[in-house]
Amino acid sequence: MFSFFLTSGLFLGWSLGANDASNVFGTAVASKMVRFRTAAVCCSIFVILGAVMSGAGASHTLGKLGAVNAIAGAFIVAFSAALSVYLMTKARFPVSTSQAIVGAIIGWNLFSGSSVDQAALTKIAMTWLVCPVLSGIIAVVLYQLSALFINTCRIHMFRLDLYTRWSLLVAGICGSYALGANNIANVMGVFLPVSPFETLFIGPFSLSPAQQLFLIGGIAIAVGVFTYSRQVMMTVGEGIVELTPVAASVVVWAHSIVLFLFSSQSLETFLASNGLPSIPLVPVSSSQAVVGAVIGIGLLKKGFWSVKWKIVGGIVSGWVTTPVIAAVVSFISLFFIQNVFQQEVYTSQKTLSPPPALEKKLARAQMPEGLKNNPITKITE
Amino acid sequence: MKFNIISRETGIEKQINDFMDQVSRSGLVFQKGARCYLTGEYENFDSVLADISVIEHKGDELKRTIIEHLHTKTLIPESRGDVLELLENMDSLLDRFKGALWRFEIERPEINLEFVNDFSELIDGVVASVEAIVKSARAFFADISSVRDHLHKVSFWETECDKISTRLRAALFRKEDLRLSQRMLLSDLARHIEKISDRAEDVADRMNIYVIKRTL
Repeated sequence: MFSFFLTSGLFLGWSLGANDASNVFGTAVASKMVRFRTAAVCCSIFVILGAVMSGAGASHTLGKLGAVNAIAGAFIVAFSAALSVYLMTKARFPVSTSQAIVGAIIGWNLFSGSSVDQAALTKIAMTWLVCPVLSGIIAVVLYQLSALFINTCRIHMFRLDLYTRWSLLVAGICGSYALGANNIANVMGVFLPVSPFETLFIGPFSLSPAQQLFLIGGIAIAVGVFTYSRQVMMTVGEGIVELTPVAASVVVWAHSIVLFLFSSQSLETFLASNGLPSIPLVPVSSSQAVVGAVIGIGLLKKGFWSVKWKIVGGIVSGWVTTPVIAAVVSFISLFFIQNVFQQEVYTSQKTLSPPPALEKKLARAQMPEGLKNNPITKITE
Repeated sequence: MKFNIISRETGIEKQINDFMDQVSRSGLVFQKGARCYLTGEYENFDSVLADISVIEHKGDELKRTIIEHLHTKTLIPESRGDVLELLENMDSLLDRFKGALWRFEIERPEINLEFVNDFSELIDGVVASVEAIVKSARAFFADISSVRDHLHKVSFWETECDKISTRLRAALFRKEDLRLSQRMLLSDLARHIEKISDRAEDVADRMNIYVIKRTL
């Protein structure tokens, strides 16, 4: 039974790989600086490494799917998110897996009668607006710094080509590792409590049950990268505005910086301890970061009319419709599976012995500092 | 792995520099050969003819190697088309120098002393225009911000060559004791030489666009 429920997680992993690999290697592949095969191999390896080595710490995204308190419900939530991402990928739009899951969770909340924290939801939605803008600004600044450096150092065209390739490859590898580390919880987090795996010893190494699940999820992402990511890569890389390799490299770095800003607990702690306004730890979309950076470069280099706004409009409408589709699919599927297959998709709060307020407070106190203010945490609580 | 990539890159940089050397040398050899012809040093002229054939052969080989490199190693994908066009255009300048020198050899035109100076000036101007485009092309690869420092010189020399050629051809047709065939032959030769600077200016115009495309 577990294997059957795991399939929706694998489907979500595949969708994530098909869609999000475009964010880290799309511009590199579209500008022909990195071959698709090289990009796919690097992305797959580092996604799996990120998932297995750092996946456990990436619960800031959607490890909170555990709040969906029945395995059949979790299966449907993951399936709805995966289906939404798949449909948008099929339409060649770089959507956000995180958005899809937020939508699917809201669908579950509506179905199960759980309350949705409006303030947290507004905060997430606001961040989805801020993320591409911030990414665009960072890309413009980085691009101008790069131009200054290249013009000052008088780098030969072929050396610049070499450096740019390495820059794209390193940025892509970092991005892939972060993708695996941050998003594996989206894919496999829900199955952790019911994992039947035992700790596996391979020579001096050991794989915990969680790591084994993350490995399977990582492989699903890698399969998605290999089998379906190429089309979306081309949309991101050349659909909006044509990019030079230097600009492509800047886009990937800007995307990585934005993801870091919105996901670094240590940065948040540092800002807070120095009395500075902290950046909310919100699961921002890497797709939005890349699209924002590409538009920023396009506006800087060639002006307003060089950007293919029709395509941008299509992508943005995808961002709006993805969570809505996920929520609707989730709601309908939950209804279907509950009433047709007689599966328990949520555990009624009335039948549970509600945790005392003190226990809730303790549970919250044990959370990592960055998670306490995480809007996703609030939504799923 | 890393070092292989670096050595490959430096290899192609050297090949492009060598190719530019061949184009520049072809201009100098043309200048030397044409002067030998104008001053009647026909023995030296023959050795210069052999030299320019060797240069042209080397240039072609280098061009082929560079083109193969650019395609097989997928180098500079966004500028590859422009670079290939530039190489072809530079090679065509080399070919024109060779063609002009062989024209002296094949047609053996009789050039009156009073036209020798004008021909010499025209040849110097053409070589200067090609030298300027070679410098521009080197800068295009190594230091794109300084390309325009050389490009304007191409236009200057092209204009100069145009003036000299017009003056020379007018003088040829106004001289009374020349046969029409001789007038036609010399006028055509002057026009042929002048066209090299026209071609250099065309290359400069194209390069201006490449620079705009690559400017960060």
